[in-house]
Amino acid sequence: MHSSQQRRIAVLATAVLILTSGAAFAQKKYDTGASDTEIKIGNIIPYSGPASAYGVIGKTEEAYFNKINAEGGINGRKITFISYDDAYSPPKAVEQARKLVESDNVLLIFNSLGTPSNSAIEKYMNAKRVPQLFVATGASKWNDPKDFPWTMGWQPSYQTEAHIYAAYVLKEKPAGKIAVLFQNDDFGKDYVKGLKDGLGPKASMIVAEESYETSEPSIDDHIVKLKTAGADVFISVATPKFAAQAIKRASEIDWHPLQIVVNVSSSVGAVMMPAGFENSQGILSANYAKDAGDPQWADDPGMKKFIDFLAQYYPEGNKLDAATVFGYGAAQTLVEVLKQCGDDLTRDNVMKQAASLKDFQPDTLLPGIKINTSASDYAPIKELQMMRFKGEKWDLFGDIMNGELTH
Amino acid sequence: MSAAEEVVTETSAVEAVPKRAMTLGYGTSLVVLALLLLVPLVVKNFIIFQMTMLLIYGLAVLALNILTGGSGQFSLGQSAFYAIGAYTSAILMEQYNVNYALTLPIAGIICFGAGFLFGQPALRLSGVYLALATFALATAMPQLLKLGFFEKWTGGVQGLVVTKPDAPFGLPISQDMWLYYFTLVITLAIYIFSVNLLKSRSGRAFMAIRDNEIAASAMGIDVALYKTLAFGVSAGITGVAGGLGAIAVQFVAPDSYTITLAISLFLGMVVGGVGWLPGSIVGSAFIIFVPNIAEGISKGLSGAVFGVLLFLVIFLVPHGARQVAIVGQQLAGKFRKN
Repeated sequence: MHSSQQRRIAVLATAVLILTSGAAFAQKKYDTGASDTEIKIGNIIPYSGPASAYGVIGKTEEAYFNKINAEGGINGRKITFISYDDAYSPPKAVEQARKLVESDNVLLIFNSLGTPSNSAIEKYMNAKRVPQLFVATGASKWNDPKDFPWTMGWQPSYQTEAHIYAAYVLKEKPAGKIAVLFQNDDFGKDYVKGLKDGLGPKASMIVAEESYETSEPSIDDHIVKLKTAGADVFISVATPKFAAQAIKRASEIDWHPLQIVVNVSSSVGAVMMPAGFENSQGILSANYAKDAGDPQWADDPGMKKFIDFLAQYYPEGNKLDAATVFGYGAAQTLVEVLKQCGDDLTRDNVMKQAASLKDFQPDTLLPGIKINTSASDYAPIKELQMMRFKGEKWDLFGDIMNGELTH
Repeated sequence: MSAAEEVVTETSAVEAVPKRAMTLGYGTSLVVLALLLLVPLVVKNFIIFQMTMLLIYGLAVLALNILTGGSGQFSLGQSAFYAIGAYTSAILMEQYNVNYALTLPIAGIICFGAGFLFGQPALRLSGVYLALATFALATAMPQLLKLGFFEKWTGGVQGLVVTKPDAPFGLPISQDMWLYYFTLVITLAIYIFSVNLLKSRSGRAFMAIRDNEIAASAMGIDVALYKTLAFGVSAGITGVAGGLGAIAVQFVAPDSYTITLAISLFLGMVVGGVGWLPGSIVGSAFIIFVPNIAEGISKGLSGAVFGVLLFLVIFLVPHGARQVAIVGQQLAGKFRKN
């Protein structure tokens, strides 16, 4: 009796042992691109060609992963960051994406830049079931988990931002007449659609729309036309050069509407200064990231970390360049996802963790703006805060606004 | 000095290439063909994709070679025809469910028409002026594709996603490998057609025009007809290449067909050797792989490295791959004698 009991215990113990070791074995799961020592991450950025200014984003991210590796990696694994140039050409992006996935065997492609390039590889990535994580484009199409479960955006979409402006105008100027100037491409059209969706039944508040081509030397005529339409709200969906022209011209023809410029054109150095500070007073915009040139963040712990990082790992990077702030924030979000993955570094789990971020705050986002995702919400950042230009800098005001439509 | 005399004394823009020197010898052709047939069986899908692109750009360079090397006309507008071909295939496949293989001849015919029509006004221009006129075409094309009027079909700035075809008859090969062999067959057919075209009466007419327009017309060649015909044929082949490109890349967008593509094709032709048809594939390899090599050397300065490499090629072998091939042949000949 005694011995059989002993035997039973022994059998039980072995069973438990097998089970637990099995569990321990099951805990470490890898797909191509991940191992006990390494996580391979691919990236596609235009280092050359017309959009090469964005190359800084790739360089910042590389530097950030170097910092993570120097500090011991993620759960003991070092990041290998392979970044290729697509010169902003969609066919080249396809070639580079295939090289990353099939030849370099990366676990995922992170922060690939540009709407056309990402559109070109989206179908391939989803067919291959490789994460196309935190793409660097403001188009709204990346939040489509049903059709493209392997593709996720990062920054607030242009439409999200436009909804916020619409909500602001509806609240502050319910009887206003809106004039819209927009660039005739996907960027401009996305904003206009967002504005109209945001205004909803009151879309007729828009009394004039003018589009311009980037090839036009000057947009003065458009501004004059918008003024003649009798608008008292002016929403300028323009890239920096044209936004600056618009501000200056409006002031010259003595037109002083409530003016809103989009986030991409909110740079003090590239827009407000050339347009003239005296012409720029009171202009509104919205933002989600901290501006490294703004003295109010001088003692901010997050920004201090960012500036220390630049000094140590990417000394040639310019803290005033929005691209460094962007790259830092995106890379930090990816590191958070990979940390959450633990030892289960399968592509499935990467997407699952990316879709379960809860109140995550990268160092460079404005206080109060948090990243939240879910299986049905693939838009990490959807909040912005309004700001008003005063003196020589932007003053944030009001609450953090969520760009999701309520009506 | 009369205008006619001026034209006569003007040296021709493109160096005369005897038509015998336009092709490869039998032995070399067979080796190249065997490589093109066998290599995909042992390499990864990604390499097969690159080889498909190599053939496709090779076709586009070949088309330019017929125009410039054959009839002596310059074009910096090939990207426009490539775009028309790509969009024709993509729209027919995605909006009208036409079989991909059928879209290619249609793309070719539409581009032939476009090229022939563009050839009419281009008749009045020559040399750098023609190059500039075609340059305008290439610059205008991406914007035309963005026009709201066409957006129903073209998808506007967002472009169109194209479905990649599966291998037919249940063949147990991957999509990439099928597409490669499909492309290879078309490329070979067009290559053989082009070689024969240049050897034919029309080809001789092209070359007579290239070498001396006035002498050619004195011999009874309809200069206007053959010049526009060269444009048409070149555009037609480029269109087929564009259609294949759209299927291989699975995506068309205005940003894919900018002036950069036209310049790349021009570059490919020069590197491959103007007027030497087999050089097209070498030129195509140059424009696909050298930017990758340049990027490998320096990411920040990839453009500058590419420039240096290009400069070296032009400086050391100004006649491109043709020159290398000729030197190689001479060496081989000497070797045999010894």
